[in-house]
Amino acid sequence: MTDFITLDPVVAPAPGKNEPVLEVRGLSVDFGVDKKWVPAAIGLNYEVRAGEVLAIVGESGSGKSASSMALLGLLPSNSRVTGSVKLAGQELLGTNEANIRAVRGKEVAVIFQEPMTALNPVYTVGAQIVETVRLHSEVSPDEARLRALRMLELVELPDPEKAFRSYPHQLSGGQRQRAMIAQSLSCDPKLLIADEPTTALDVTVQAEILDLMRNLRNKLDSAIVLITHDMGVVADLADRIAVMRRGVIVETGTAAEIFHNPQHEYTKALLAAVPHLGQGGSDAAVEVDVTAALAAATHAELTSIPEEQLLRRERENAAALAAAEAAKPQGQPVLELTDVAIEYPKQGRVPAFRAVEGANLVIYPGQVVGLVGESGSGKTTIGRAAVGLLPVAAGTMKVVGQDISAAKKNGRQLHEMRRHVGMVFQDPSSSLNPRLPIGESIGEPMFLAGVAKGVELQRRIEALLDQVELPRNYRNRYPHELSGGQKQRVGIARALSLKPKLMVADEPTSALDVSVQAKVLDLFQNLQKELGFACLFVTHDLAVVDVLADRICVMQRGRIVEQGTRDQILRNPQEPYTQRLLAAVPLPDPEKQRERRELRAQLMAADPS
Amino acid sequence: MIQFILRRLLQVIPVFLGTTLLVYFMVFALPGDPIRALFGDRPPSEAVIAQLRQQYNLDEPFWVQYGLFLKNLFTFNLGVDFTGQPIADTLARVFPVTAMLAIEALVIQGVFGIAFGLVAGLRKGGIFDSSVLVLSLVVIAVPTFVLGFALQLLIGVQLGWAKPTVGSNVTWGSLILPAVVLGMVSFAYVLRLTRASVIENMNADYVRTATAKGLARRQVVTTHVLRNSLIPVITYLGASLGALMGGAIVTEAIFNVPGVGQKLYQAILRSEGPTVVAIVSVLVLVFVLANLLVDLLYAWLDPRIRYEN
Repeated sequence: MTDFITLDPVVAPAPGKNEPVLEVRGLSVDFGVDKKWVPAAIGLNYEVRAGEVLAIVGESGSGKSASSMALLGLLPSNSRVTGSVKLAGQELLGTNEANIRAVRGKEVAVIFQEPMTALNPVYTVGAQIVETVRLHSEVSPDEARLRALRMLELVELPDPEKAFRSYPHQLSGGQRQRAMIAQSLSCDPKLLIADEPTTALDVTVQAEILDLMRNLRNKLDSAIVLITHDMGVVADLADRIAVMRRGVIVETGTAAEIFHNPQHEYTKALLAAVPHLGQGGSDAAVEVDVTAALAAATHAELTSIPEEQLLRRERENAAALAAAEAAKPQGQPVLELTDVAIEYPKQGRVPAFRAVEGANLVIYPGQVVGLVGESGSGKTTIGRAAVGLLPVAAGTMKVVGQDISAAKKNGRQLHEMRRHVGMVFQDPSSSLNPRLPIGESIGEPMFLAGVAKGVELQRRIEALLDQVELPRNYRNRYPHELSGGQKQRVGIARALSLKPKLMVADEPTSALDVSVQAKVLDLFQNLQKELGFACLFVTHDLAVVDVLADRICVMQRGRIVEQGTRDQILRNPQEPYTQRLLAAVPLPDPEKQRERRELRAQLMAADPS
Repeated sequence: MIQFILRRLLQVIPVFLGTTLLVYFMVFALPGDPIRALFGDRPPSEAVIAQLRQQYNLDEPFWVQYGLFLKNLFTFNLGVDFTGQPIADTLARVFPVTAMLAIEALVIQGVFGIAFGLVAGLRKGGIFDSSVLVLSLVVIAVPTFVLGFALQLLIGVQLGWAKPTVGSNVTWGSLILPAVVLGMVSFAYVLRLTRASVIENMNADYVRTATAKGLARRQVVTTHVLRNSLIPVITYLGASLGALMGGAIVTEAIFNVPGVGQKLYQAILRSEGPTVVAIVSVLVLVFVLANLLVDLLYAWLDPRIRYEN
């Protein structure tokens, strides 16, 4: 099923840059599994020119990473690579080991996904960059050191000297990724392969790294192959896009073509599945114009939008907010936090750590509250405390009418309370017992609570499987036999099994591909409407909260900095942090993203904290 | 860092008191009269026995005996054993021998264990890997005294490559055979630990990064994989030093090495409380210091571990 797709001849290369830096023809990758060749990439054709960003987009298992690692021969030994890869006219496939080594790091450099594990933990950042420099050029240690420092400066690290001396674990995630980029750029590569460079980072950090990569592209004129699953990142950076599915490039085109006029079914489906900040909510036809909202809230003047148009958009935004204010929730709160502080208890010599301070939060029956924040903001801590997994250090926390602030660990009161609270966890693979058939996982809460047993229990399990749209005969399967999305459905079914009044969902879709995430979110939304449970939805992804939540709480460094209805937060964000967070979410649309980028640049210039 | 070392050294005090008390009590509780046992079949007069008992404080209750022992210890007076020899002299004679033996065994098991483990890990699934794994399993399964006698017979007696016994004239060369036997079991564990650690680290992301930089495989292994892989191995080696010092009884008996093991064994047979406790105390000190050394090495190898409060 070789699928040759010729590149669109309409895409005129920039003048003077006719020669592609990288030319890939008929590239196929197979992995040997149980003595059979399993294809990971089939007959890929693409090319990248200097100063150009080609994004290879696809979901997990599409072969985007494997095919890119094949360019440099970085695949494990059970793989087979055929076809042709030409770097500036020189064939890379099939050359000897010494030749390919001379290319690696010098001509072609790679930026990996997780900078914590991709940098060696036992050497300083400086030592690792110096190693790269000295490997490819005959320079003295001092010259290499100067070069490394210049690179660290180039990637805009605040204190290059300090970063040079630091070990990877002493830097923050964003700083680590900058160091990784500095290392890849240290030998002036012609081609940069960036494998999911921002996936492991928080959105605001992601936005910074994307800015940096855009600046570097303009400065250095290398060709960039960007491998990602995130349409927002693509819209922000890519000039051309290749969409991959099951090892085949199904469509290529310029960024504008792919986003505005996708031809292939899969591309359309992929774009539709991407949660789009502003597009969620009960009335999907009315899209929140987050750019306009931010512009109004910060009094920014944007050159990329005509003033008249911006004013009109701001007015529409204000009107929609007023309309949304009208509806108010009623009833006895399901979850109520008053000035709550939560601590991780001290362990031996390690003192107690206060992760949340002064949190006030109310969830009414049937309400979905999105708790948003970046890593370390304390959002998960609140979620865990709400099910009694962490003690409340100060303030009062009422869950389903009961005050559990003083409840004893594993005491009767918490035990009672947990019957009314369900929890869905982030990683569906590790939150299900691998030795239990999923039917038993789903039924366990009911059995333990003594709600049902025997035939009745079996009937209830089947009903729950129906509710999460899994076939009944899956009940005897084990977790490893299910896909990620199916496992998360099981997680939801288990959380629902005691008919909870409150559901705590901790990043339930973060580990899933976008198309799967869209389906799981859809299911979750339907179940919530049908069963009417209240929900505390913890996530880092503003676009996901936007789809589901009635109210949004924004957390930063252990405090809830702003909360309000979805419309208040999206249409009229007051806190600078909320504004920065909203502005950092990349939009899966190159034009809108350009507006957003300008806005973000102004926000950061006004308040560079 | 200094604070950490001081804190660890302070921990020696309770450990030391606890172990000496325990050992002293066990020797005290041994059945039989050590003085009578000393004279064998020809019992001396009751007056002599009474005098000896008084000389060694054997008439006093347990707590008084233990207190006197501690008091003597802090005045650097370890006393004399039942044959009238100063215990300090005995220690000075036997410990260097056992230390030599243990260090030699440690070097053998460390060098060969890490080297074999590294090669096996890099060639996972190959012939070398498989045979080394089977052999190490055999070594672990066979008891030390069987291995000791077998090697003594084969290499020492039949092939004549080494002296079958060590005797009173102890040299580094004469200790090779006993050191091999002593380090054999730990060698097998070091090998397996290194192998597993290398395999794990070869799949780590930073190894891929190092390859993508353009480093040759040999450079990747020596600068990146090896140091990361040694972290768990070092811990094991440090802990095994204590075991080597104290666990040499069987090996020392087979090869007639005049070391700690032999002396300790004799002292236990004679219920010589002071000697037993003195030897065990030094062993405890060695053990604690070896572990401290391991912790410091650990921090040096892995910068993520820092001992600051």
